[in-house]
Amino acid sequence: MTAHPAPPRRLFKEGAVGGLPFLIVVTPFSMLFGVVATDAGLTLAQTMGFTVLVIAGAAQFAAIHLMTENAAVPLILLTALAVNLRMAMYSASLAPHLGAAPLWQRGLIAYANFDQTFTLAIARYDAEPALSLRDKVLFFAGVATPITVVWCAMTAVGAVIGSSIPAWLALDFALPITFLALIGPMLRTLAHVAAAGTSVVVALLLAGLPAGVGLMIAAGAAMVAGATVETWMQRWGA
Amino acid sequence: MTYSSAQIWGIIAVLAVGTFLIRFSFLGLLGNRPLPPYVLRLLRYTPVAVIPGMVAPLVLWPAATGGVPDLPRAAAAIATLIVGLWTRNVIAAIGAGAFVLYAGLGLTALLAG
Repeated sequence: MTAHPAPPRRLFKEGAVGGLPFLIVVTPFSMLFGVVATDAGLTLAQTMGFTVLVIAGAAQFAAIHLMTENAAVPLILLTALAVNLRMAMYSASLAPHLGAAPLWQRGLIAYANFDQTFTLAIARYDAEPALSLRDKVLFFAGVATPITVVWCAMTAVGAVIGSSIPAWLALDFALPITFLALIGPMLRTLAHVAAAGTSVVVALLLAGLPAGVGLMIAAGAAMVAGATVETWMQRWGA
Repeated sequence: MTYSSAQIWGIIAVLAVGTFLIRFSFLGLLGNRPLPPYVLRLLRYTPVAVIPGMVAPLVLWPAATGGVPDLPRAAAAIATLIVGLWTRNVIAAIGAGAFVLYAGLGLTALLAG
């Protein structure tokens, strides 16, 4: 490993190249959001506002779904923000590496702190902790820039072509399939399975409650179930 | 959907600010203070606690069939979950689900026609 500082922008390019495979995921996912959101009744401006300002796929889909069920506004907000709570962990993990950066840089990093950027950046920082602060920030910016641009652009494409999609394509089921596809890879441990199972059972039992209420209770019970099983697994060295 | 335009923009604004604050929290405001272990432990399970409970009713009682369980949709859901578990690849799982859904819907239409 060289002691010389990296030439300017090298880490930006490295981050951008590292993030390219994620575009294969981001492209259809963001298009689907454009389709689903306009199909649910949002205008093009509202759809783009959602995608540019919130920029969190799973939470956006969750909010749109509850809006189609006319759930109470506080429940929509709670559910979508609960989906994003994991990003507080990302923020905590990035803080030792990027906490010394200027405020405006930390603000931009926070805006783009989502699953893909966090995963790549933390892996890079852990592999080479001696990287300078500037290089760490450049790497993060490199990963985030193409993903953010493609996310927003492809949402617009989805929103524009959405209304021309015929009924036989059964787009009603695009949302459940997308969510199920996200869940599979998340079930990494017994604790994750316990949380998911609790969530399903409680949500189905409480399906008769007003839209969003049963889900809130199910999510709370599931988080406790996951954390409890994790505690047991640690205690028994499983 | 029965929300006014102002309500929709309100939802977007609160989610935007709330999501940003979650992402900014430790990086921006709380510095390097570690979270209590039990809080971290709860946070770890938020996506997997919210999403399955949201999807389960959609799979069992699809809106498109008026809430009547539907074999092609159920089969597509199972295929998506299995391929996702097996490959750990979101796009492969979506592809498998779409394939089974369209194959199922096509077969149903053929049999009914």
